Amino acid sequence: MSYDNELYQQVILDHNRKPRNFREMPEATHSCHGFNPLCGDDYTVYLKINDDDVIEEVSFMGSGCAISKASSSLMTGFLKGKNIDETKLVFDEFHRMVLGEMDPETQEHHLGKLALFKGIREFPSRIKCASLSWHSMMGALAKSENVTTE
Amino acid sequence: MPESDTLTTAKPPFDVDKIRADFPVLSQKVNGKPLVYLDNAATTQKPRRVIDKVQQFDSEEYGTVRRGSYKLSEQATRMFEDVRQKVADLFGAADKKEIIFTSGTTQAINLVAHSFGKQFVKEGDEIIISNIEHHANTVPWQVLCEEKGAHLKVIPVNDRGELIMEEYEKLLSPRTRMVAVNHISNALGTINPVKEIARLAHAAGAKVLIDGAQSTAHMKLDVQDLDCDFYTFSGHKMYAPSGVGGLYGKYDLLKEMPPYVTGGDMIRQVTLEKTLYADPPARFEAGTPPITQVMGLGEAIDYLQEIGFDKIAEYEHALLEYGTRVLSEIDGLTIIGTAAHKASILSFNIDVIHPHDMVTLLDQDGISARGGHHCAQPTMKRFQVTATTRASASFYNKFEELDALAASVRRAIKLFS
Repeated sequence: MSYDNELYQQVILDHNRKPRNFREMPEATHSCHGFNPLCGDDYTVYLKINDDDVIEEVSFMGSGCAISKASSSLMTGFLKGKNIDETKLVFDEFHRMVLGEMDPETQEHHLGKLALFKGIREFPSRIKCASLSWHSMMGALAKSENVTTE
Repeated sequence: MPESDTLTTAKPPFDVDKIRADFPVLSQKVNGKPLVYLDNAATTQKPRRVIDKVQQFDSEEYGTVRRGSYKLSEQATRMFEDVRQKVADLFGAADKKEIIFTSGTTQAINLVAHSFGKQFVKEGDEIIISNIEHHANTVPWQVLCEEKGAHLKVIPVNDRGELIMEEYEKLLSPRTRMVAVNHISNALGTINPVKEIARLAHAAGAKVLIDGAQSTAHMKLDVQDLDCDFYTFSGHKMYAPSGVGGLYGKYDLLKEMPPYVTGGDMIRQVTLEKTLYADPPARFEAGTPPITQVMGLGEAIDYLQEIGFDKIAEYEHALLEYGTRVLSEIDGLTIIGTAAHKASILSFNIDVIHPHDMVTLLDQDGISARGGHHCAQPTMKRFQVTATTRASASFYNKFEELDALAASVRRAIKLFS
Protein backbone atom coordinates (compact mmCIF):
# COMPACT_ATOMS: atom_id res chain seq x y z
CA MET A 1 0.00 0.00 0.00
CA SER A 2 2.21 2.82 -1.14
CA TYR A 3 1.31 6.14 -2.60
CA ASP A 4 3.02 7.70 -5.52
CA ASN A 5 1.75 11.02 -4.43
CA GLU A 6 2.33 14.19 -6.42
CA LEU A 7 1.28 16.47 -3.59
CA TYR A 8 2.57 14.61 -0.55
CA GLN A 9 6.09 13.90 -1.77
CA GLN A 10 8.65 12.47 0.63
CA VAL A 11 10.36 15.84 1.04
CA ILE A 12 7.10 17.43 2.15
CA LEU A 13 6.25 14.55 4.47
CA ASP A 14 9.73 14.72 5.96
CA HIS A 15 9.55 18.46 6.61
CA ASN A 16 6.08 17.97 8.14
CA ARG A 17 7.41 15.32 10.52
CA LYS A 18 10.62 17.20 11.33
CA PRO A 19 10.18 20.88 10.54
CA ARG A 20 13.48 22.77 10.31
CA ASN A 21 14.08 26.14 12.01
CA PHE A 22 10.93 25.46 14.05
CA ARG A 23 11.39 27.80 16.99
CA GLU A 24 10.58 31.20 18.31
CA MET A 25 13.34 33.78 17.88
CA PRO A 26 13.58 36.36 20.69
CA GLU A 27 16.42 38.17 18.88
CA ALA A 28 14.41 38.58 15.65
CA THR A 29 14.51 42.01 14.00
CA HIS A 30 11.29 41.30 12.07
CA SER A 31 8.34 38.96 12.70
CA CYS A 32 4.78 38.52 11.53
CA HIS A 33 1.86 36.33 12.54
CA GLY A 34 -0.08 34.66 9.71
CA PHE A 35 -3.50 33.04 10.00
CA ASN A 36 -5.83 31.25 7.62
CA PRO A 37 -9.30 31.59 9.16
CA LEU A 38 -10.73 28.93 6.85
CA CYS A 39 -8.61 26.06 8.10
CA GLY A 40 -6.88 27.43 11.17
CA ASP A 41 -3.30 27.33 9.85
CA ASP A 42 -1.49 29.62 12.26
CA TYR A 43 2.23 30.49 12.11
CA THR A 44 4.59 33.25 13.11
CA VAL A 45 7.64 33.86 10.93
CA TYR A 46 10.78 35.39 12.48
CA LEU A 47 13.64 37.11 10.62
CA LYS A 48 16.97 38.43 11.83
CA ILE A 49 18.24 40.87 9.21
CA ASN A 50 21.67 42.50 9.45
CA ASP A 51 22.80 45.96 8.41
CA ASP A 52 23.62 44.71 4.90
CA ASP A 53 19.97 43.65 4.38
CA VAL A 54 20.92 39.98 4.56
CA ILE A 55 18.70 37.48 6.37
CA GLU A 56 21.07 35.95 8.92
CA GLU A 57 18.49 33.83 10.71
CA VAL A 58 14.94 32.77 9.86
CA SER A 59 12.56 30.57 11.83
CA PHE A 60 8.86 29.85 12.28
CA MET A 61 6.51 28.56 14.95
CA GLY A 62 2.89 27.53 14.96
CA SER A 63 0.50 24.82 13.80
CA GLY A 64 -1.33 23.73 10.69
CA CYS A 65 -1.51 21.15 7.94
CA ALA A 66 1.40 19.28 6.38
CA ILE A 67 1.51 21.51 3.31
CA SER A 68 1.70 24.71 5.33
CA LYS A 69 4.25 23.32 7.76
CA ALA A 70 6.51 21.82 5.10
CA SER A 71 6.29 24.95 2.99
CA SER A 72 7.26 27.09 5.99
CA SER A 73 10.11 24.77 6.86
CA LEU A 74 11.52 24.70 3.33
CA MET A 75 11.13 28.46 3.04
CA THR A 76 13.18 29.10 6.16
CA GLY A 77 16.00 26.87 4.96
CA PHE A 78 15.98 28.53 1.56
CA LEU A 79 16.00 32.15 2.72
CA LYS A 80 18.88 31.97 5.16
CA GLY A 81 21.74 34.05 3.72
CA LYS A 82 19.61 35.71 1.03
CA ASN A 83 19.35 39.48 0.86
CA ILE A 84 16.02 41.30 0.80
CA ASP A 85 15.98 41.86 -2.96
CA GLU A 86 16.66 38.17 -3.64
CA THR A 87 13.96 37.26 -1.13
CA LYS A 88 11.34 39.42 -2.80
CA LEU A 89 12.24 37.95 -6.18
CA VAL A 90 11.86 34.39 -4.87
CA PHE A 91 8.55 35.24 -3.18
CA ASP A 92 7.23 36.53 -6.47
CA GLU A 93 8.35 33.42 -8.36
CA PHE A 94 6.97 31.06 -5.71
CA HIS A 95 3.68 32.91 -5.61
CA ARG A 96 3.28 32.80 -9.39
CA MET A 97 4.25 29.12 -9.46
CA VAL A 98 1.59 27.99 -6.94
CA LEU A 99 -1.02 30.04 -8.78
CA GLY A 100 -0.08 28.28 -12.00
CA GLU A 101 1.23 31.46 -13.63
CA MET A 102 4.84 30.27 -13.80
CA ASP A 103 5.98 26.78 -14.81
CA PRO A 104 9.35 25.95 -13.22
CA GLU A 105 9.95 23.25 -15.84
CA THR A 106 9.81 25.57 -18.82
CA GLN A 107 10.61 28.97 -17.33
CA GLU A 108 13.77 30.29 -15.71
CA HIS A 109 13.54 30.66 -11.96
CA HIS A 110 15.54 30.82 -8.73
CA LEU A 111 13.41 28.48 -6.64
CA GLY A 112 15.71 25.47 -6.47
CA LYS A 113 13.98 22.58 -4.70
CA LEU A 114 11.05 24.83 -3.77
CA ALA A 115 9.87 23.97 -7.28
CA LEU A 116 8.51 20.74 -5.81
CA PHE A 117 5.46 22.76 -4.71
CA LYS A 118 4.53 23.09 -8.38
CA GLY A 119 1.88 20.36 -7.98
CA ILE A 120 -0.15 22.50 -5.59
CA ARG A 121 -1.71 24.29 -8.56
CA GLU A 122 -3.85 21.18 -9.08
CA PHE A 123 -5.34 21.65 -5.59
CA PRO A 124 -6.86 25.16 -5.54
CA SER A 125 -8.11 24.85 -1.96
CA ARG A 126 -4.55 24.17 -0.77
CA ILE A 127 -2.69 27.05 -2.46
CA LYS A 128 -3.17 29.19 0.63
CA CYS A 129 -1.63 26.45 2.77
CA ALA A 130 1.56 26.56 0.71
CA SER A 131 1.77 30.34 0.56
CA LEU A 132 0.72 31.39 4.09
CA SER A 133 4.20 31.64 5.61
CA TRP A 134 5.54 33.32 2.48
CA HIS A 135 2.94 36.04 2.99
CA SER A 136 3.89 36.22 6.68
CA MET A 137 7.54 36.58 5.72
CA MET A 138 6.68 39.45 3.38
CA GLY A 139 4.53 40.93 6.14
CA ALA A 140 7.53 40.76 8.47
CA LEU A 141 9.68 42.60 5.91
CA ALA A 142 6.97 45.25 5.65
CA LYS A 143 6.83 45.45 9.45
CA SER A 144 3.23 44.22 9.61
CA GLU A 145 2.16 42.43 12.77
CA ASN A 146 -0.45 40.21 11.17
CA VAL A 147 -1.40 38.84 7.78
CA THR A 148 -4.37 36.73 6.84
CA THR A 149 -5.13 34.74 3.74
CA GLU A 150 -8.64 36.20 3.60
CA MET B 1 -17.59 -6.78 5.00
CA PRO B 2 -16.93 -9.80 7.25
CA GLU B 3 -19.54 -12.56 6.97
CA SER B 4 -19.52 -13.28 10.68
CA ASP B 5 -20.49 -9.74 11.57
CA THR B 6 -24.04 -9.69 12.87
CA LEU B 7 -24.21 -5.91 12.84
CA THR B 8 -23.31 -5.50 9.19
CA THR B 9 -24.93 -8.61 7.79
CA ALA B 10 -28.26 -7.35 9.12
CA LYS B 11 -30.12 -6.82 5.90
CA PRO B 12 -30.84 -3.19 5.04
CA PRO B 13 -34.59 -2.47 5.04
CA PHE B 14 -34.42 -1.70 1.32
CA ASP B 15 -32.28 -2.55 -1.68
CA VAL B 16 -29.42 -0.04 -1.38
CA ASP B 17 -28.12 -0.77 -4.88
CA LYS B 18 -31.55 0.04 -6.25
CA ILE B 19 -31.59 3.28 -4.26
CA ARG B 20 -28.12 4.15 -5.57
CA ALA B 21 -29.32 3.65 -9.12
CA ASP B 22 -31.76 6.51 -8.46
CA PHE B 23 -28.83 8.94 -8.05
CA PRO B 24 -26.97 9.53 -11.34
CA VAL B 25 -24.04 11.32 -9.72
CA LEU B 26 -23.10 8.31 -7.59
CA SER B 27 -22.03 6.11 -10.50
CA GLN B 28 -19.01 8.23 -11.45
CA LYS B 29 -15.35 7.75 -10.70
CA VAL B 30 -13.20 10.35 -8.95
CA ASN B 31 -9.43 10.17 -9.38
CA GLY B 32 -9.94 6.78 -10.99
CA LYS B 33 -11.80 5.37 -7.97
CA PRO B 34 -15.54 4.86 -7.49
CA LEU B 35 -17.02 7.99 -5.90
CA VAL B 36 -17.74 7.52 -2.19
CA TYR B 37 -19.89 10.50 -1.29
CA LEU B 38 -19.77 11.16 2.45
CA ASP B 39 -20.51 14.88 2.70
CA ASN B 40 -24.25 14.56 3.10
CA ALA B 41 -24.36 16.86 6.11
CA ALA B 42 -23.13 19.63 3.79
CA THR B 43 -25.41 18.81 0.90
CA THR B 44 -27.14 15.76 -0.54
CA GLN B 45 -27.18 14.41 -4.08
CA LYS B 46 -30.31 14.49 -6.20
CA PRO B 47 -32.36 11.48 -7.30
CA ARG B 48 -33.25 11.17 -10.98
CA ARG B 49 -36.92 11.94 -10.38
CA VAL B 50 -36.07 15.29 -8.74
CA ILE B 51 -33.77 16.16 -11.65
CA ASP B 52 -36.48 15.11 -14.11
CA LYS B 53 -39.21 17.00 -12.27
CA VAL B 54 -37.22 20.23 -12.38
CA GLN B 55 -36.50 19.79 -16.07
CA GLN B 56 -40.05 18.79 -16.91
CA PHE B 57 -41.55 21.70 -14.99
CA ASP B 58 -39.26 24.23 -16.65
CA SER B 59 -39.86 22.63 -20.06
CA GLU B 60 -43.63 22.36 -19.92
CA GLU B 61 -45.28 24.03 -16.93
CA TYR B 62 -43.24 27.01 -15.82
CA GLY B 63 -45.10 30.17 -14.91
CA THR B 64 -45.14 32.77 -12.18
CA VAL B 65 -47.10 32.03 -9.03
CA ARG B 66 -49.86 33.99 -7.31
CA ARG B 67 -49.88 36.68 -9.97
CA GLY B 68 -51.02 35.65 -13.41
CA SER B 69 -54.59 35.03 -14.49
CA TYR B 70 -53.70 32.59 -17.21
CA LYS B 71 -53.37 28.86 -17.37
CA LEU B 72 -49.61 28.46 -16.87
CA SER B 73 -49.60 30.73 -13.85
CA GLU B 74 -52.72 29.28 -12.29
CA GLN B 75 -51.40 25.78 -12.76
CA ALA B 76 -47.96 26.67 -11.35
CA THR B 77 -49.62 28.38 -8.39
CA ARG B 78 -51.66 25.28 -7.63
CA MET B 79 -48.59 23.05 -7.85
CA PHE B 80 -46.60 25.47 -5.70
CA GLU B 81 -49.28 25.47 -3.01
CA ASP B 82 -49.49 21.67 -3.23
CA VAL B 83 -45.82 21.52 -2.23
CA ARG B 84 -46.54 23.81 0.72
CA GLN B 85 -49.13 21.24 1.80
CA LYS B 86 -46.57 18.44 1.35
CA VAL B 87 -44.12 20.24 3.62
CA ALA B 88 -46.89 20.82 6.17
CA ASP B 89 -47.77 17.12 6.07
CA LEU B 90 -44.11 16.12 6.32
CA PHE B 91 -43.66 18.25 9.43
CA GLY B 92 -47.04 17.45 10.96
CA ALA B 93 -48.10 21.10 10.85
CA ALA B 94 -51.73 21.91 11.54
CA ASP B 95 -52.09 24.15 8.50
CA LYS B 96 -50.12 24.81 5.34
CA LYS B 97 -50.32 28.54 6.10
CA GLU B 98 -47.71 27.83 8.75
CA ILE B 99 -45.10 26.97 6.09
CA ILE B 100 -43.03 29.82 4.63
CA PHE B 101 -40.64 29.19 1.76
CA THR B 102 -37.20 30.76 2.08
CA SER B 103 -33.86 30.19 0.38
CA GLY B 104 -32.91 27.79 3.15
CA THR B 105 -32.26 27.47 6.86
CA THR B 106 -29.95 30.47 7.06
CA GLN B 107 -32.58 32.81 5.66
CA ALA B 108 -35.30 31.19 7.79
CA ILE B 109 -33.37 31.78 11.01
CA ASN B 110 -32.54 35.33 9.93
CA LEU B 111 -36.24 35.89 9.25
CA VAL B 112 -37.17 34.86 12.78
CA ALA B 113 -34.27 36.70 14.42
CA HIS B 114 -35.18 39.91 12.63
CA SER B 115 -38.95 39.71 12.68
CA PHE B 116 -39.60 38.04 16.03
CA GLY B 117 -36.71 40.03 17.46
CA LYS B 118 -38.11 43.32 16.24
CA GLN B 119 -41.48 42.61 17.76
CA PHE B 120 -40.68 40.79 20.98
CA VAL B 121 -37.07 41.31 22.10
CA LYS B 122 -36.23 44.31 24.26
CA GLU B 123 -33.17 45.63 26.06
CA GLY B 124 -32.12 43.34 28.87
CA ASP B 125 -33.95 40.32 27.43
CA GLU B 126 -32.16 37.03 26.93
CA ILE B 127 -31.71 34.61 24.02
CA ILE B 128 -30.42 31.09 24.60
CA ILE B 129 -28.48 29.05 22.06
CA SER B 130 -26.14 26.08 22.59
CA ASN B 131 -22.40 25.54 22.30
CA ILE B 132 -22.88 23.22 19.30
CA GLU B 133 -24.76 25.47 16.88
CA HIS B 134 -23.93 26.18 13.27
CA HIS B 135 -22.90 29.79 12.68
CA ALA B 136 -26.30 30.24 10.98
CA ASN B 137 -27.95 29.70 14.36
CA THR B 138 -25.41 31.79 16.22
CA VAL B 139 -24.62 34.96 14.30
CA PRO B 140 -28.24 36.15 13.70
CA TRP B 141 -28.86 35.99 17.46
CA GLN B 142 -25.58 37.74 18.27
CA VAL B 143 -26.52 40.53 15.88
CA LEU B 144 -30.01 40.78 17.37
CA CYS B 145 -28.62 40.94 20.91
CA GLU B 146 -26.18 43.67 19.91
CA GLU B 147 -28.92 45.71 18.28
CA LYS B 148 -31.35 45.36 21.15
CA GLY B 149 -28.99 45.36 24.10
CA ALA B 150 -30.14 41.82 24.87
CA HIS B 151 -27.95 39.03 26.25
CA LEU B 152 -26.92 35.80 24.54
CA LYS B 153 -26.68 32.76 26.84
CA VAL B 154 -25.09 29.50 25.77
CA ILE B 155 -26.05 25.97 26.88
CA PRO B 156 -22.81 24.06 27.55
CA VAL B 157 -22.18 20.50 26.37
CA ASN B 158 -20.47 17.56 28.03
CA ASP B 159 -17.47 15.74 26.58
CA ARG B 160 -19.75 13.52 24.49
CA GLY B 161 -21.25 16.58 22.85
CA GLU B 162 -24.62 16.40 24.63
CA LEU B 163 -26.37 19.48 25.98
CA ILE B 164 -26.16 19.68 29.77
CA MET B 165 -29.85 20.02 30.52
CA GLU B 166 -29.39 21.05 34.17
CA GLU B 167 -27.32 24.00 32.99
CA TYR B 168 -29.96 24.82 30.40
CA GLU B 169 -32.62 24.96 33.11
CA LYS B 170 -30.45 27.35 35.10
CA LEU B 171 -30.12 29.67 32.09
CA LEU B 172 -33.87 30.01 31.64
CA SER B 173 -35.30 33.11 33.28
CA PRO B 174 -38.33 35.41 33.05
CA ARG B 175 -36.22 37.49 30.62
CA THR B 176 -35.67 34.58 28.19
CA ARG B 177 -37.48 35.39 24.95
CA MET B 178 -36.14 32.71 22.64
CA VAL B 179 -34.37 29.37 22.85
CA ALA B 180 -32.76 28.51 19.49
CA VAL B 181 -31.06 25.12 19.17
CA ASN B 182 -30.47 22.62 16.42
CA HIS B 183 -32.27 19.30 16.23
CA ILE B 184 -29.06 17.62 15.07
CA SER B 185 -25.58 19.13 15.37
CA ASN B 186 -23.94 19.39 11.95
CA ALA B 187 -20.45 19.17 13.43
CA LEU B 188 -20.96 16.31 15.90
CA GLY B 189 -24.17 14.52 14.97
CA THR B 190 -25.75 14.93 18.41
CA ILE B 191 -29.54 14.57 18.35
CA ASN B 192 -30.83 17.08 20.87
CA PRO B 193 -33.85 16.45 23.15
CA VAL B 194 -35.82 19.21 21.47
CA LYS B 195 -39.21 18.24 22.89
CA GLU B 196 -37.89 18.58 26.42
CA ILE B 197 -36.05 21.78 25.48
CA ALA B 198 -39.34 23.23 24.19
CA ARG B 199 -41.29 22.13 27.27
CA LEU B 200 -38.82 23.80 29.62
CA ALA B 201 -38.65 26.96 27.49
CA HIS B 202 -42.43 27.28 27.40
CA ALA B 203 -42.63 26.77 31.16
CA ALA B 204 -40.33 29.80 31.44
CA GLY B 205 -42.45 31.78 28.99
CA ALA B 206 -39.93 31.66 26.13
CA LYS B 207 -40.43 30.69 22.48
CA VAL B 208 -38.44 27.98 20.74
CA LEU B 209 -36.78 27.76 17.33
CA ILE B 210 -35.40 24.42 16.18
CA ASP B 211 -32.78 24.49 13.41
CA GLY B 212 -33.74 21.41 11.43
CA ALA B 213 -31.13 21.69 8.67
CA GLN B 214 -29.65 18.30 9.59
CA SER B 215 -32.80 16.46 10.61
CA THR B 216 -35.52 16.70 7.98
CA ALA B 217 -33.93 14.19 5.61
CA HIS B 218 -33.24 11.65 8.31
CA MET B 219 -36.17 11.38 10.73
CA LYS B 220 -39.92 11.59 10.95
CA LEU B 221 -41.07 14.89 12.37
CA ASP B 222 -44.12 16.10 14.23
CA VAL B 223 -43.79 19.79 15.03
CA GLN B 224 -47.04 19.75 17.00
CA ASP B 225 -45.81 16.93 19.20
CA LEU B 226 -42.44 18.71 19.65
CA ASP B 227 -44.46 21.84 20.35
CA CYS B 228 -41.74 24.09 18.92
CA ASP B 229 -42.73 27.58 17.81
CA PHE B 230 -40.42 27.62 14.78
CA TYR B 231 -38.71 24.91 12.77
CA THR B 232 -36.33 25.63 9.88
CA PHE B 233 -35.06 23.46 7.02
CA SER B 234 -32.97 23.42 3.84
CA GLY B 235 -34.11 21.62 0.68
CA HIS B 236 -30.62 20.87 -0.60
CA LYS B 237 -29.90 18.77 2.48
CA MET B 238 -32.97 16.63 1.76
CA TYR B 239 -32.29 15.61 -1.85
CA ALA B 240 -34.02 18.68 -3.32
CA PRO B 241 -32.39 21.49 -5.33
CA SER B 242 -30.35 24.19 -3.62
CA GLY B 243 -31.98 27.59 -3.22
CA VAL B 244 -35.14 26.53 -1.41
CA GLY B 245 -35.90 25.75 2.19
CA GLY B 246 -38.26 27.12 4.71
CA LEU B 247 -39.74 27.89 8.02
CA TYR B 248 -42.56 26.37 10.02
CA GLY B 249 -44.07 28.78 12.51
CA LYS B 250 -47.12 28.62 14.73
CA TYR B 251 -49.70 30.70 12.95
CA ASP B 252 -50.76 32.85 15.91
CA LEU B 253 -47.13 33.84 16.37
CA LEU B 254 -46.45 34.48 12.68
CA LYS B 255 -49.49 36.77 12.59
CA GLU B 256 -47.94 38.97 15.25
CA MET B 257 -44.63 39.30 13.41
CA PRO B 258 -43.71 42.11 11.01
CA PRO B 259 -42.29 41.36 7.55
CA TYR B 260 -38.58 40.66 7.20
CA VAL B 261 -38.09 41.41 3.51
CA THR B 262 -40.52 43.82 1.90
CA GLY B 263 -41.63 44.29 -1.69
CA GLY B 264 -44.08 42.64 -4.02
CA ASP B 265 -46.59 39.95 -3.15
CA MET B 266 -46.40 40.44 0.61
CA ILE B 267 -48.93 43.22 0.75
CA ARG B 268 -52.67 43.62 1.02
CA GLN B 269 -52.73 47.20 -0.16
CA VAL B 270 -50.10 49.79 -0.94
CA THR B 271 -50.75 53.51 -1.05
CA LEU B 272 -47.95 56.02 -1.07
CA GLU B 273 -48.72 56.77 2.57
CA LYS B 274 -49.05 53.30 4.05
CA THR B 275 -48.85 49.61 3.27
CA LEU B 276 -51.11 46.95 4.73
CA TYR B 277 -49.31 43.64 4.92
CA ALA B 278 -50.69 40.34 3.75
CA ASP B 279 -51.32 37.54 6.21
CA PRO B 280 -48.69 34.80 6.61
CA PRO B 281 -47.26 33.03 4.72
CA ALA B 282 -47.40 35.66 1.93
CA ARG B 283 -46.24 38.36 4.37
CA PHE B 284 -42.88 36.62 4.54
CA GLU B 285 -42.51 35.70 0.88
CA ALA B 286 -41.78 39.01 -0.85
CA GLY B 287 -40.70 38.77 -4.46
CA THR B 288 -40.87 35.86 -6.85
CA PRO B 289 -40.06 32.69 -4.91
CA PRO B 290 -37.77 29.86 -6.13
CA ILE B 291 -40.63 28.29 -8.09
CA THR B 292 -38.72 25.57 -9.91
CA GLN B 293 -36.79 24.59 -6.78
CA VAL B 294 -40.04 24.26 -4.85
CA MET B 295 -41.25 21.75 -7.46
CA GLY B 296 -38.05 19.79 -6.95
CA LEU B 297 -38.60 19.92 -3.19
CA GLY B 298 -42.07 18.46 -3.57
CA GLU B 299 -40.69 15.59 -5.62
CA ALA B 300 -37.91 14.95 -3.08
CA ILE B 301 -40.48 14.80 -0.27
CA ASP B 302 -42.53 12.25 -2.22
CA TYR B 303 -39.39 10.20 -2.81
CA LEU B 304 -38.45 10.21 0.88
CA GLN B 305 -41.99 9.38 1.97
CA GLU B 306 -42.10 6.44 -0.44
CA ILE B 307 -38.87 5.00 0.97
CA GLY B 308 -40.16 5.68 4.48
CA PHE B 309 -38.53 7.59 7.30
CA ASP B 310 -38.62 4.60 9.64
CA LYS B 311 -36.52 2.61 7.18
CA ILE B 312 -34.21 5.55 6.47
CA ALA B 313 -33.59 6.12 10.18
CA GLU B 314 -33.06 2.41 10.84
CA TYR B 315 -30.52 1.99 8.05
CA GLU B 316 -28.66 5.23 8.69
CA HIS B 317 -28.33 4.23 12.34
CA ALA B 318 -26.79 0.94 11.24
CA LEU B 319 -24.36 2.93 9.06
CA LEU B 320 -23.49 5.10 12.06
CA GLU B 321 -22.81 2.11 14.27
CA TYR B 322 -20.75 0.38 11.62
CA GLY B 323 -18.78 3.52 10.75
CA THR B 324 -18.15 4.25 14.42
CA ARG B 325 -16.74 0.78 14.89
CA VAL B 326 -14.48 0.61 11.85
CA LEU B 327 -13.06 4.06 12.62
CA SER B 328 -12.65 3.36 16.35
CA GLU B 329 -10.43 0.40 15.51
CA ILE B 330 -7.84 2.76 13.97
CA ASP B 331 -4.94 3.66 16.27
CA GLY B 332 -4.56 7.38 16.78
CA LEU B 333 -8.11 8.20 15.65
CA THR B 334 -10.43 10.09 17.98
CA ILE B 335 -14.13 10.50 17.27
CA ILE B 336 -15.37 13.95 18.29
CA GLY B 337 -19.01 13.72 19.33
CA THR B 338 -20.10 10.49 20.95
CA ALA B 339 -23.61 11.34 22.10
CA ALA B 340 -25.93 8.49 23.05
CA HIS B 341 -28.44 9.80 20.50
CA LYS B 342 -26.62 10.50 17.28
CA ALA B 343 -27.23 10.91 13.58
CA SER B 344 -24.98 9.36 10.93
CA ILE B 345 -22.29 12.02 11.21
CA LEU B 346 -18.74 10.94 12.06
CA SER B 347 -16.41 13.76 13.03
CA PHE B 348 -12.89 12.59 13.78
CA ASN B 349 -9.27 13.57 14.11
CA ILE B 350 -6.04 11.68 13.54
CA ASP B 351 -3.17 12.59 15.83
CA VAL B 352 -0.58 12.83 13.05
CA ILE B 353 -2.70 14.24 10.20
CA HIS B 354 -4.36 17.63 9.91
CA PRO B 355 -7.99 17.39 8.64
CA HIS B 356 -7.14 19.35 5.50
CA ASP B 357 -4.46 16.86 4.56
CA MET B 358 -6.84 14.05 5.48
CA VAL B 359 -9.60 15.18 3.12
CA THR B 360 -7.13 15.75 0.28
CA LEU B 361 -5.85 12.19 0.74
CA LEU B 362 -9.40 10.81 1.00
CA ASP B 363 -10.29 12.61 -2.21
CA GLN B 364 -7.37 10.92 -3.95
CA ASP B 365 -9.16 7.66 -3.06
CA GLY B 366 -12.44 8.96 -4.49
CA ILE B 367 -13.92 9.79 -1.08
CA SER B 368 -15.71 13.12 -0.62
CA ALA B 369 -15.56 14.13 3.04
CA ARG B 370 -15.27 17.47 4.76
CA GLY B 371 -12.34 18.93 6.64
CA GLY B 372 -12.66 22.15 8.57
CA HIS B 373 -14.59 23.79 11.35
CA HIS B 374 -17.98 23.04 9.71
CA CYS B 375 -19.20 26.60 10.34
CA ALA B 376 -19.19 25.73 14.03
CA GLN B 377 -16.08 27.37 15.45
CA PRO B 378 -17.47 27.58 19.02
CA THR B 379 -18.02 23.80 18.86
CA MET B 380 -14.42 23.27 17.71
CA LYS B 381 -13.17 25.48 20.52
CA ARG B 382 -15.20 23.50 23.07
CA PHE B 383 -13.40 20.34 21.96
CA GLN B 384 -10.03 22.13 21.72
CA VAL B 385 -9.54 21.46 18.02
CA THR B 386 -9.30 23.87 15.09
CA ALA B 387 -10.95 21.46 12.69
CA THR B 388 -12.14 17.89 12.22
CA THR B 389 -12.59 15.50 9.34
CA ARG B 390 -16.27 14.76 8.93
CA ALA B 391 -17.89 11.84 7.11
CA SER B 392 -21.68 12.05 6.98
CA ALA B 393 -23.68 9.12 5.62
CA SER B 394 -27.00 8.92 3.84
CA PHE B 395 -29.27 5.98 3.06
CA TYR B 396 -27.56 5.69 -0.34
CA ASN B 397 -24.24 4.89 1.32
CA LYS B 398 -23.11 1.32 1.86
CA PHE B 399 -21.21 -0.45 4.62
CA GLU B 400 -18.48 -1.14 2.03
CA GLU B 401 -18.02 2.60 1.55
CA LEU B 402 -17.30 2.99 5.26
CA ASP B 403 -14.75 0.19 4.90
CA ALA B 404 -13.23 2.18 2.03
CA LEU B 405 -13.13 5.25 4.28
CA ALA B 406 -11.37 3.33 7.04
CA ALA B 407 -8.89 1.79 4.58
CA SER B 408 -8.11 5.19 3.11
CA VAL B 409 -7.57 6.67 6.59
CA ARG B 410 -5.18 3.81 7.39
CA ARG B 411 -3.24 4.42 4.17
CA ALA B 412 -2.98 8.11 5.00
CA ILE B 413 -1.68 7.34 8.49
CA LYS B 414 0.92 5.02 7.01
CA LEU B 415 2.01 7.71 4.57
CA PHE B 416 2.37 10.27 7.33
CA SER B 417 4.08 8.01 9.88
